[in-house]
Amino acid sequence: MSSDIAQAVPRPPSRTASSPVLTGAEAVVRSLALLGVTDVFGLPGGAIMPVYDPLMDDEKVRHILVRHEQGAGHAAEGYAAASGRPGVAIATSGPGATNLVTAIADAYMDSVPLVCITGQVFSTLMGTDAFQEADIVGITMPITKHSFLVKTAEEIPGAIAAAFEIATTGRPGPVLVDITKDAQQASVPFTWPPKVDLPGYRPVTKAHGKQIQAAAQLLATASKPVLYVGGGVIRANAAAELKTLAESTGAPVVTTLMARGAFPDSHPQHLGMPGMHGAVPAVLALQESDLIVALGARFDDRVTGKASEFAPHAQVVHVDIDPAEISKIRTADVPIVGDVRDVLVDLDAAFKGMGAAPDLSEWWAYLDGLRGEFPLGYAPTTDGLLAPQQVIQRIGELTGPEGVYVAGVGQHQMWAAQFIKYERPNSWLNSGGAGTMGYAVPAAMGAKVAQPERVVWAIDGDGCFQMTNQELATCVINDIPIKVAIINNSSLGMVRQWQTLFFNGRHSNTDLNTGHGTARIPDFLKLAEAYGCLAIRVEKPEEIDDAIKLALETNDRPVVIDFVVSADAMVWPMVPQGVSNSYIQYARDHSPAFDEEA
Amino acid sequence: MTSHVLSLLVEDKPGLLTRVAGLFARRGFNIESLAVGVTEVPGLSRITVVVDVDELPLEQVTKQLNKLVNVIKIVELDAASSVQRQHMLIKVRADNQTRSNVLEVVNLFRAQIVDYAPDALVIEVTGDTGKVEAFLRALEPFGVKELAQSGLLAIGRGGKSITERVLRG
Repeated sequence: MSSDIAQAVPRPPSRTASSPVLTGAEAVVRSLALLGVTDVFGLPGGAIMPVYDPLMDDEKVRHILVRHEQGAGHAAEGYAAASGRPGVAIATSGPGATNLVTAIADAYMDSVPLVCITGQVFSTLMGTDAFQEADIVGITMPITKHSFLVKTAEEIPGAIAAAFEIATTGRPGPVLVDITKDAQQASVPFTWPPKVDLPGYRPVTKAHGKQIQAAAQLLATASKPVLYVGGGVIRANAAAELKTLAESTGAPVVTTLMARGAFPDSHPQHLGMPGMHGAVPAVLALQESDLIVALGARFDDRVTGKASEFAPHAQVVHVDIDPAEISKIRTADVPIVGDVRDVLVDLDAAFKGMGAAPDLSEWWAYLDGLRGEFPLGYAPTTDGLLAPQQVIQRIGELTGPEGVYVAGVGQHQMWAAQFIKYERPNSWLNSGGAGTMGYAVPAAMGAKVAQPERVVWAIDGDGCFQMTNQELATCVINDIPIKVAIINNSSLGMVRQWQTLFFNGRHSNTDLNTGHGTARIPDFLKLAEAYGCLAIRVEKPEEIDDAIKLALETNDRPVVIDFVVSADAMVWPMVPQGVSNSYIQYARDHSPAFDEEA
Repeated sequence: MTSHVLSLLVEDKPGLLTRVAGLFARRGFNIESLAVGVTEVPGLSRITVVVDVDELPLEQVTKQLNKLVNVIKIVELDAASSVQRQHMLIKVRADNQTRSNVLEVVNLFRAQIVDYAPDALVIEVTGDTGKVEAFLRALEPFGVKELAQSGLLAIGRGGKSITERVLRG
């Protein structure tokens, strides 16, 4: 800053060089660009209009105009989940902001780095029930990692930078930045980088050495260990480190719904997915283990079944970056707070330092027996319609592990988790914690924007598809050629399955009339064609492969395949809700006869 | 279940109290009492909260509170190593027949009369929860007409300060 040239007239330091004067709205866009954001999803409205003006011709930040703000939220989630980069959604005040709520809740449950920027009414009007006013900071408080209400232009760069830091570090999550219209319109000097002062935010990433040693000791002496891998391993980008530890220890690995792809399905140590619809070997491995090493997993009720009866003989090593997850559901014998990637490296080194690996041959003999006796499979349908499992399996086989598979919620989601073979992290995207129907199409759109070179499939149900299919318009117009496989069983299939099993077959309000032998309201072919997609209907097994191949060859527009499947197909295996995992059923009324205390 | 006194050092930001109170509500923890005020450090406030939980849920409460970005520090203050005070204003019936008896109780508890009317007195009392409750019981026979009380305030004994390590940062 110093200069040898003396100035004749003293004057205040020039702001033009280091601090150009920008409007708050320009500061929003400039901040996003400086944070490396290249794509945002949103929809304008009155209170966010100032931001849309500089967004119109910004060269660094591409804005994709969605058809519903929920679509923007899920697209940003899909973008983040596929790429690991934070997703950004923009909406106006009031209903624009409330339409983001479902996606924010979803991102909170599944720890997705999501930044939502919403317009707010003028600060002078706040609290007066102004037009399109909603207290979105208040509404989203329970479902955000943090939120900012910004009422002055000066605060904008700092709030946005802090939002990105909070969303992407520690346990990732959604952060909301609500900016009043007057803050967007005011002009102030723009300085970068802003001072981000978060004295109360200090995520622990480096774990305690003593705890690592204790965990390694347990791993070295356990005779029935299991690595229980959760979505944290994917968010931490720790798949390679996981593989190293798994192979050092020789322990079996199970990957939860959120962790599919964190460990290759083709790996001989992989037992599959645990939980309510988990593979029998994976469920029983956890249940009968003497040591569970939980890695970025949170003992969700869909994994544990009745928690008080879960894995009664197991000691627990629990690794998580969020201290509040440890001992929340299951008390940890060895709690380890830290970044699971670093912990895996340290744990592997500590384990190797223990000397000889334990003999797990008896444990593996038992597990291999289960694998042989209870392989993943499905029964053929009896009504002549397609087996949904076969459709999904073929999509996975013909597309391969480099594809991205995005599911909605319900039966098709479980089948997609079971019957597609995942070999790499971030290839499987779904709404695990929140169970948000309608996630698939917009999230697939976001994934395709993040990774345009990959084939992206939305594997959706006919119920889910009807919640968010308007984003097909966004896909067509913005050249985002996703592929949608509607697993059309003409019903809300998972609810229907529970009605069949637990409500005496009374199918209350689950028929959607979209499938075989119905009025087909709507006709998915006509709907897809109306949006400008390539539309295909498949009703016979011999048509499955051709349709998938045609979809894979079509990249000039989105493809929608209406797979008309049997409504009677059920998701198996299943642990009924609220009971011990020991009561897993391989098929209806068919439980494995295993000896609890063999 | 037992009562635990938590002292939260927090950033003085809009909506902070909502964040803290909302967290208690949605995680199913009962707040017995709550007191909020500024501290000796500009920008920092202190929330004293009494929560009625067992030991394990208490750990979960503090972990969840710690996740709030504006919460800087949480300390549990037990009765032995802290000073705890509650403040109460009581309007009690007192006429010419009963007034001297009421005054006797007030003197015994070292409470103070802060307002006089021919048929009532307003009394203020300060003390730990036990004393304040005992005082209230002693006045009940005369007829308590109205009651206002503060949340519990607590501060650690000795020379150390909750803000010390934060400021050294």
